[in-house]
Amino acid sequence: MTNHWRDIQHADLILVNGANPAEAHPVGFRWMMRAKTERGAKMVHADPRFTRTSAVADMHVRIRTGTDVAYFGGLINYVLSNELFHREYVEWATNAGFVVSPDYQFDDGLFNGFDEATGTYDTTAWAYETEAGGHAKVDIDHPRSVLNLLRQHYSRYTPEMVERITGIPQDQFLEVAQMVGEMGRPDKVMTIVYAVGLTHHTTGVQLIRSGAILQLLLGNMGRPGGGMNAERGHANIQGNTDHAISWEILPGYLRIPAPGQRDLTDYVDESASPKLSGLAENFFGENYRKFMVSLLKTWYGDAATADNEFAFAYVPKPAENSSWISIYDQALRGRMEGVMLSGMTATSIGPDSNQVLQALSNLKWLCVMDAFATTSSEFWRAPGMNPADIQTEVFMLPATHWIEKDGSFVNSGRWSQWKDQVIPPEGQSMHDHWMMAELFLRVRELYEQQGGKYPDPIRDLTLDYADPRKPLLDELAQEINGRNLTTGERMESFADLLDDGTTTAGDWIYTGSYPESGNQMKRRDGVQDPEANDPTGMGFYHNWAWSWPANRRVLYNRASADPQGRAWDPERPGIVWDASQRLWVGDVPDYPEDVPPGPEAPLPFIMTGEGTGRIFSNSVADGPFPEHYEPIESPIDNPLHPALSTTPAAFLYDEQAGRPNRFGTPDEFPYVATSYRLTEHEHYVTQHVEQLVQLQPEAFVEVPAALADEKGIANGDRVRVSSKRGKLEVRAVVTKRLGALQIDGQTVYQIGIPIHWGFVGINSGQHWLANALTPFVGDASARTPEFKAFLVNIEKM
Amino acid sequence: MTRRHFLGVGAAGTGVVGASVLGFDLAHASEVKQTLRIDGATVSRSVCPYCAVGCSLLAYTKEQDDGHVELLQLEGDPDSPVNEGTLCPKGASSLELAISRRRVPSPMYREPGAEEWQEVSWDFALDQLARRIKESRDRTFVGQDADGNVVNRCEGIAFAGGAAFSSEEGYFATKLMRGLGLVHLEQQARV
Repeated sequence: MTNHWRDIQHADLILVNGANPAEAHPVGFRWMMRAKTERGAKMVHADPRFTRTSAVADMHVRIRTGTDVAYFGGLINYVLSNELFHREYVEWATNAGFVVSPDYQFDDGLFNGFDEATGTYDTTAWAYETEAGGHAKVDIDHPRSVLNLLRQHYSRYTPEMVERITGIPQDQFLEVAQMVGEMGRPDKVMTIVYAVGLTHHTTGVQLIRSGAILQLLLGNMGRPGGGMNAERGHANIQGNTDHAISWEILPGYLRIPAPGQRDLTDYVDESASPKLSGLAENFFGENYRKFMVSLLKTWYGDAATADNEFAFAYVPKPAENSSWISIYDQALRGRMEGVMLSGMTATSIGPDSNQVLQALSNLKWLCVMDAFATTSSEFWRAPGMNPADIQTEVFMLPATHWIEKDGSFVNSGRWSQWKDQVIPPEGQSMHDHWMMAELFLRVRELYEQQGGKYPDPIRDLTLDYADPRKPLLDELAQEINGRNLTTGERMESFADLLDDGTTTAGDWIYTGSYPESGNQMKRRDGVQDPEANDPTGMGFYHNWAWSWPANRRVLYNRASADPQGRAWDPERPGIVWDASQRLWVGDVPDYPEDVPPGPEAPLPFIMTGEGTGRIFSNSVADGPFPEHYEPIESPIDNPLHPALSTTPAAFLYDEQAGRPNRFGTPDEFPYVATSYRLTEHEHYVTQHVEQLVQLQPEAFVEVPAALADEKGIANGDRVRVSSKRGKLEVRAVVTKRLGALQIDGQTVYQIGIPIHWGFVGINSGQHWLANALTPFVGDASARTPEFKAFLVNIEKM
Repeated sequence: MTRRHFLGVGAAGTGVVGASVLGFDLAHASEVKQTLRIDGATVSRSVCPYCAVGCSLLAYTKEQDDGHVELLQLEGDPDSPVNEGTLCPKGASSLELAISRRRVPSPMYREPGAEEWQEVSWDFALDQLARRIKESRDRTFVGQDADGNVVNRCEGIAFAGGAAFSSEEGYFATKLMRGLGLVHLEQQARV
């Protein structure tokens, strides 16, 4: 989230897209309800299904899954056409005035720079026109200004087109647009709350970006009650994204180096954002080298020196995308030998679970670190598998529970909350980090004894803990924070990190979480005393735990005040300039704290090379502006450009590997399916919890009542739901919560598929895997699978 | 009807009413001292292990006579600015997760082609796995690619997971796996 859970109470309007917070984040949802009950906020829930969120929303719009670019694009068009955007904010805080290079083209669904041979765009083709010094030319009235190109691009997203694509009737859409159109006023603020309903598509990144662009136009980014609020799924998915358990990054969102980068200079040149405006702080770009060197010094200690580029050569440089689906794709190609899974089950997550089962069967070895059996640890005896044919060695290592160790969890709002070790480890269970330490040290010992391929990084990796085989999470938290090697003291701020090898930081965005004064993540000054702990009344609670970066609660908060430093809305200030103290006050400023406002002051978005929010952006792989594309499996051709229906940059793993694509067509699979989650289950682990299994015992699919009528399916009947890749044989829940949509003249039904069951759990008869149905494809930028929009057929059994 | 009216307790009543109102005598009951299970328990702070709202928990434990520490209760922390003491069904039942008897009791190993697990020792499991890691790394390590670039990557081993363990463990996983040269490093964020 750019903001945080409690902050949502400040919104005047809440758009909920690709999310069902009343059911999936019930306690977080209280803050949306608080906005409604305390300030009369309105909530619009756009969802294929009518859910408990819809029931308390002011409007539910039934939207076809995966079409939110058309929805937000229609809203962008409405706001621009009616001149309802926050003009002063847009001109100052966004790149609306930047002029785009004349090479930029968009025709019939294709942007310039596409290479047919590789199926990828050259994103450098989406550039600004520059002036001397390499800075972007700025002229908001230029025909190629970002604002004018934006108007052109979204002029096609009329209410009529929105209806054709999304199924939302024009009059309903215009009702939403009217509410949204008021949010460009400085004294109004809107937030967008979203979850995997936006991410789980081959256009996932652009679905999200279309909402973010709307928010920039309305002046909502950086403001309390505003922002883009991603509701993340798991207890510490945020923390471990920050710590870079992701193929393309290093901790703190540094890029993983690429082949061909010989040294740190090459690396920084190719990774750090360039300064594109005279008034841009470009904080990330300017400090990139300091963060990278501090990280390398943390990892390689004395072996990282100025003479050897701080051991830059030790960092592995991937040849190609090495993300989640790639792991199983490589296994199918016989190139992946072993996989370690920690608290994550590949089989159930898929996509294309049957293909994942084959992939696991191709491995030489599999290691599962988990407290419970999973559909991965047990894959070799899954229904339909013949163990005698499966040569994979499997190691099951029993892990401790969250409550048997301390350490921090980071919630969606970036709040890092330290937890106590409440009980000691049960039986023979071992902490994941002790397992990994043991494995690493044993591997190091084997290299010392036997020699082998390039053991240097393994030999030199620092393990400076009291007991390297059993590091304490407290020691790791200090390492993450970083130290000044000259003084020996822990760092107070990432602003003090250097690139000369005298500072360390395991993750620069967490620098300041554990300074000399102690572990800030342990603090608990909360609602027991709101007057003392929340003096501004804005819900910051700065002394409850610690948020990254620097304990800031709302990101980009310089944009919560105007160019003169006055709050856009004095009732809901983020930061304001206090002339008497000569400081920015309120939240922790996302800006140099003592730099006054003025015409020569740095622009508000200090992390970007532009200094502004990016309406036009070349940081994404499939287009500088979001465009509506159909899901890979779709019932219709794209009304905007039928000849190029799906995004040309989506990655089709089977085709790329020389395997046939297995995509269904509407004649065989006439219905659109979308997967989702229930309140009572958390992915697959809760199949081991009796109380929750009792509440939601059995797998089912949700079938629109009208479709059930057509097919003679009664509530409770067993049905077969099949895609080109697999099937489920489960009970039907017939409901009016799902209905028909009119899509470009056709009636389209959407079927709902909760994900939670599989062949491991208390209710052992529920062995069907929802992800047996989903396609083996990924989004262009993120390679996130298209879990939420695919074609199925359904029949009564 | 209010509770007070139902009990027929007047303004002077403090809770102990005579038999004539209820049909039995509460006075005796009030003599039986009610002890809360969690009286005298140690209170610790935790965070819910399920979704990313990050509800804070209070955990109550008591050491038993045999030295075993029993987890008695998990409930929402009323001080939290996020959940203000409330929990959803998953968090509210997290005690069952914490003390579940369905946990895997010891390390286990499955041989190629086998139909059953074998229980093994930690030393065996870690020793064998370390050997597999080294062998796979030696077989799939690429020092220089076809263009002569120094890449130092291990292509044949992947690590995935982390959304359910702490940031400190996750950072450690990143550090060690990159130290081994892994490029396939992923967690639930992408899926």
